[in-house]
Amino acid sequence: MNNSPYFLQPASVQSVMLRVLLALLPGIAVYAWFFGGAVLVQIVLASITALAAEAAMLKARGKPLMMFLGDGSALVTAWLIALTFPPIAPWWLTVIGVLAAIVIAKHLYGGLGQNPFNPAMVAFALMIVAYPSLMSQWSAAGFTDFAPQWNAIFGTRQLDALTMATPLDALRTALHTPEARATVAGVLGNDASFGNIGGKGWEWVAAGYFIGGLYLLQQRIITWHMPAAFLATLFVITGGFALYDPGRFAGPGFHLFTGGAMLGAFFIVTDPVSGCTTPRGKLIFAAGIALLTWIIRTFGAYPDGIAFAVLLMNIAAPLIDMYTQPPVFGHKGKKGGSA
Amino acid sequence: MTALQRLFKFNGGVKPAYNKEASTGLPIAVAPTPTLLVIPLHQSIGGPPRPLVKAGERVLKGQRIGDADGNVSSAVHASTSGTVVAVEMRLMPHTSGLSAMCVVIEPDGRNEWIPRQPFDFRSASPAASRDFLRDAGVVGLGGAVFPSHLKLNAGKQGKLDVLVLNGAECEPFITCDDVLMRERPEEIIKGAVIMREMLSAGEVLIGIEDNKPAAIAAMEIAARAANRVAGANVYKVGSVPTRYPAGGAKQLIRVLTGIEVPHGERSTDYGVQCFNVGTAYAIHEAIELGQPLISRIVTVAGNVGQARNYEVLFGTPMKDLVALCAPLPDSDRLIMGGPMMGFRMPGDDVPVVKATNCVLVGSTALFPPPPPEMPCIRCGECAKACPADLQPFEMYWFSRAKIFGKAQEYNLFDCIECGCCAYVCPSRIPLVDYYRFAKSEIWAREVEKEAADVARDRYEFRLLREEREKQEKAAKLAAKTAAGREKAAAALAEAAKPAATPEEDAKKALIAAALERARTEKARVHPENTADLTPEQQAEVTAIEARRAEIREMAKPHLRPDD
Amino acid sequence: MLEALLVMALGAVVLGAALGYAAVRFRVEGDPLVEKIDAILPQTQCGQCGFPGCKPYATAIAKGEAEINQCPPGGEEGIHKLADLLGREFKPLSAEHGIEKPKSVAVIDEQACIGCTLCIQACPVDAIVGAAKQMHTIVAKQCTGCELCLPPCPVDCISMQPIGESVESWKWKYPVFKINPTQREAA
Repeated sequence: MNNSPYFLQPASVQSVMLRVLLALLPGIAVYAWFFGGAVLVQIVLASITALAAEAAMLKARGKPLMMFLGDGSALVTAWLIALTFPPIAPWWLTVIGVLAAIVIAKHLYGGLGQNPFNPAMVAFALMIVAYPSLMSQWSAAGFTDFAPQWNAIFGTRQLDALTMATPLDALRTALHTPEARATVAGVLGNDASFGNIGGKGWEWVAAGYFIGGLYLLQQRIITWHMPAAFLATLFVITGGFALYDPGRFAGPGFHLFTGGAMLGAFFIVTDPVSGCTTPRGKLIFAAGIALLTWIIRTFGAYPDGIAFAVLLMNIAAPLIDMYTQPPVFGHKGKKGGSA
Repeated sequence: MTALQRLFKFNGGVKPAYNKEASTGLPIAVAPTPTLLVIPLHQSIGGPPRPLVKAGERVLKGQRIGDADGNVSSAVHASTSGTVVAVEMRLMPHTSGLSAMCVVIEPDGRNEWIPRQPFDFRSASPAASRDFLRDAGVVGLGGAVFPSHLKLNAGKQGKLDVLVLNGAECEPFITCDDVLMRERPEEIIKGAVIMREMLSAGEVLIGIEDNKPAAIAAMEIAARAANRVAGANVYKVGSVPTRYPAGGAKQLIRVLTGIEVPHGERSTDYGVQCFNVGTAYAIHEAIELGQPLISRIVTVAGNVGQARNYEVLFGTPMKDLVALCAPLPDSDRLIMGGPMMGFRMPGDDVPVVKATNCVLVGSTALFPPPPPEMPCIRCGECAKACPADLQPFEMYWFSRAKIFGKAQEYNLFDCIECGCCAYVCPSRIPLVDYYRFAKSEIWAREVEKEAADVARDRYEFRLLREEREKQEKAAKLAAKTAAGREKAAAALAEAAKPAATPEEDAKKALIAAALERARTEKARVHPENTADLTPEQQAEVTAIEARRAEIREMAKPHLRPDD
Repeated sequence: MLEALLVMALGAVVLGAALGYAAVRFRVEGDPLVEKIDAILPQTQCGQCGFPGCKPYATAIAKGEAEINQCPPGGEEGIHKLADLLGREFKPLSAEHGIEKPKSVAVIDEQACIGCTLCIQACPVDAIVGAAKQMHTIVAKQCTGCELCLPPCPVDCISMQPIGESVESWKWKYPVFKINPTQREAA
C-alpha cells in the first residue's frame, strides 16, 4: 500500500500531452487553409508511424504497452515533425524522420523522460543534412490544390508548379550569393501590412501557433520564461542588426513571424525533458536558442536554424541547470544549490 | 486592534480538498477511558525515557512513569490511575510495524490524581522552569513532538522579537487545533503569556488560516482581553491565506514576519520562535494547574459515520477511539495525521500518543491507490509547488539512483516532506517516498561513520597504550635486573656480617603482624548480597561455583602464566 | 621558417616556466591515499583481511600489495567505494576472507564467564570491561562485531547477536515500482 500523500491532483502525462496537441490545432488549421491539405496528410502519416514505432520499441524494451502508448508523447513528436517538415515532402522522408526521432532520439536514450535531445529536432536535423533539397521544397502559399500535393507525397513528383522557396531561404540565397546586390526590401518587398511581413501566409500560421501558445500558458503547462526569452532575444538581435544595416539584415517582424520561430517559441523550445528546468536556466536556454537560430539563419547554409540551435542548447541544458539552481528557502542571498 | 495587517508569502504550496467541516460540527467530547492503556515510553524527539515503574505497581493519574533521559528528552506520565500490568515491547504507532517499550496500565476507574501543584515560574529561574516542563512531558503537539522546554530558550540575544503561535492547521481533515481555539481560547492565550515571559518576547502573532473564521473570532476576543491586561497591543491574530502547507512552522513564520529560517538553524537566532496552539494550552495546564501532559485533542475523521474531535488519554488504543465514530464497513486502514503527511498504522490497536493529532480512517474509495508511476518528464510542476523552493525532480533523480551525496547537494534535508510535489506530479511518482528513503539511508550511514570513527580512535589509543606498557615493562625489567644485582652484592656483604640485630627482628615481627591483620580483615569482609541467602539460592551459588571451578580446571592449559 | 621555430620555442619556454611556477606555488598537500582508504574501511579491526587491522590493510592496498575485496564487514558497498576511489575494477568479496554478515555485537553469557581476561586482551577497541576472576561485560555501543573475542574464550561464553531493527533505526524502503517491467532497468 502506498504512503502519504494519499491525495493526488488529477493530473497525468497524458492530459498534458493531449493539451499540447490541442494547442497545436489553430496553427494547423491556418496552415491547411493557406497551404492546402498536404500538412494534414503528413500529420496522419507521422502519427501512424510514430505510434507503430513507439509500440515496437516498448515491446522490445519490455514496457507496458498501453500505458506508455496512451501517454501521447509520441503523437506530440510526430505532429511537430509533420509541422516542421515541408508539407509536400515524400512520404518516406517523413517516415524516416519519425523513426529516427522515436527509435533513436527517444527510445535508444531511455524512452520517455530520458532523451537528452528534442526528438523532433533530431529528425529535422538528420533529414536536412541527409536530404537538403527535399527538405527545402515547400509548397507555395495559396496553392491548395490537393491532387498534385497528394502526388508529390505518394507518387510522381512534378513540383515546378507546386513549390516555392520559403522566405527565409529566398532571403538567404539572395543576400549571400556573392554577385547578388540584393537588399532585404528587394527580396521581401516593402509591404508591411500583416500577411506579408513573414512571407505570404506564414505569419498567419505563426499567429495560429501564438494563440495555441497562449492556451498552454493559461493551462500552466509551460511557463512564460522560455517563449518570452526566445522571442525577446530574437527581437532584440534582429532589431539591432536591422537598425545597423536594414539592407542586409531582416528586421524582427520578419524573423519572429517566419519559419519555425513561433512554433519553436511555444512548442519546441519548451520541451521539458530536454530543456532547462530552473527559471533562470529557462531564460538562458531560450535566449541561447534564439541567438543561435539567428546566426544560423543569417550566416549558415540551412534555411532555418531552430533545429540545430535547439540541439546545441540541449547539450548545455544540464550544465545551465546546475549553475542556475534557485536559492532554497532560508538560503536566499547565500549561494544555493550545487556548484 | 488585534488583527495583523501585513502578511508575506511563501512560494509553492497546493490547495487540496480540505474536508474539515465534517469534524467541526460537534464540540470536543471526552473519549472514555479504555480497559487497557498502552503508553509508549518514547513519545518525543530525543532520548527514550527510562521506565520508573514495574509490573504490579499502582500508579496515580499524572504520575511520572518514564523519566527524561538527559535534557534532550521528555518525561511520560500515567494517563489515569490504575495498576501497571506490564512494562514490555508493544506495537508502536509507526509505519515500520516495530515494537518498543511501553507501560501497560489497567485503569481502576477512579481517576485519582497525584497532588497537583501549580508552578511559580515567575520566581523560578528559567532553567528550573524548563526542567519543570521537561518533567511535565510537554512536547510540541503540532505533530513533531519536539520537547518544548528546549525551545523555550531565548537564544543568543536573550530575548525574542516575535513569538508565533501556530493555529494554521493546513492539513486536510484535521481540526483539533481549530476546535481547541474555538472552545478554549483563553487557556491558549494564558499559555502564550507564560511562553512570552519565559522568552522575553515582544509580540505574539497567532497565525490561523482564513478558512477557520470561528477560531479567528474566538482567538481575537481572547487576544483583546490579554492586550488589556498587558496594557499594550502585543497579542495579534493573523488571518493567513488558506494554502497548504501554511501551517509548516517555517512557512508560517515567513508569512507572519517575512523571516526565513534556514534549515538546521535555530529560529531563536532570527528573533522568532514558533509553537503550536495545542502546546500553548499544554503549557498553561502544566504550569498553572500542575497537570502534566496526559491527554490531547484528536480529530477522528475520514471514512466514518460521524467525524468528531475527542480529548483522548495517551495510551488509548486507536480502535477504541475510532469505534466512537461509527467507521464505515469498507475502512481498510488507519492513518495517523492527515492525508498529505500522515503515516499508515501497522494495526488498529496501536495507542494514541502525543504526536497523534488525527486518526484518519481510510478506505480504497476515499484514498484510491495511485495510478501506475510514469517516468519523470521534468515538467517542473513539483518545483513550482515546493514550499521550500527545492528542485524535487533532481532530488528524486539522485535518490532513485542512490547517489545520496548529490541528493544532499540539492538540499534534500531542507525538504519538509509536505507532499506537495507528489500531489501535483503528472507522472504520479511517489516522490516523498524517495526522499524518506534517501534521508534514512543517509542517517544510517552517518551513524555508521561515527561508529567507525570511534572504533578507529579506540583502536589507535589501544595501540598507543600497548606500546607504552611495553616500554614501561622494559624499563621496569631493566631496573629490576639492576636492583637484583645490587641485592646480590649486598647479600654477599651481609653474609660476611654477624647475625641479625634486635632492631631487625622487631621490624620483621611488625610486618608479620600487619600481614596477619590483613588476612583477618579479608576473611571478615564478605560480598554483602551473599549474606542471607535462601537455601535454594545457596544451592545455586554452590552449583555455579562448582561449575566455575571445573571450567577453570579445563581452561588451565589455555591460561597464560602470570608475568 | 626560423621565426616560426623561434616563436614556438619561446612559447614553450614561457608556458613551461608558468606551469613550473604554478606547480610550486599552488602545490596541494594531498590527502595521503592511506587515510582515504582507511576512511572507507569499517574500522572493525577484525583482521579478516589478513592484516592486523584496518590501517595496515589500507596501507597494503595503497601499496598495491592487497586486493580491494578482502574486507567482509565492509561488504559489497565498501568494495564499490574502494573501486571508485582507486579507479580499480569491482570484484566480488573474496570467499577465503569471509562472508558478509548482518551487523552484530558480542554478548557474554555472564553466568558462564570465568573472568580469565583473555577476551579483554583480544578486543581491539577495548570494548570489554572486567578484571581478572571477575565477570566481564561488553560495552555494546563500542563493540564493532569483529568476533576476535570468540576464539580465545576458554568456555565459549561469548556469542554474536545480530543488532535488531528498532523504531529509531528503521529505514524507509526503496520505493517499490508498481510497473514490473521497469524494475528490471532500475535495478
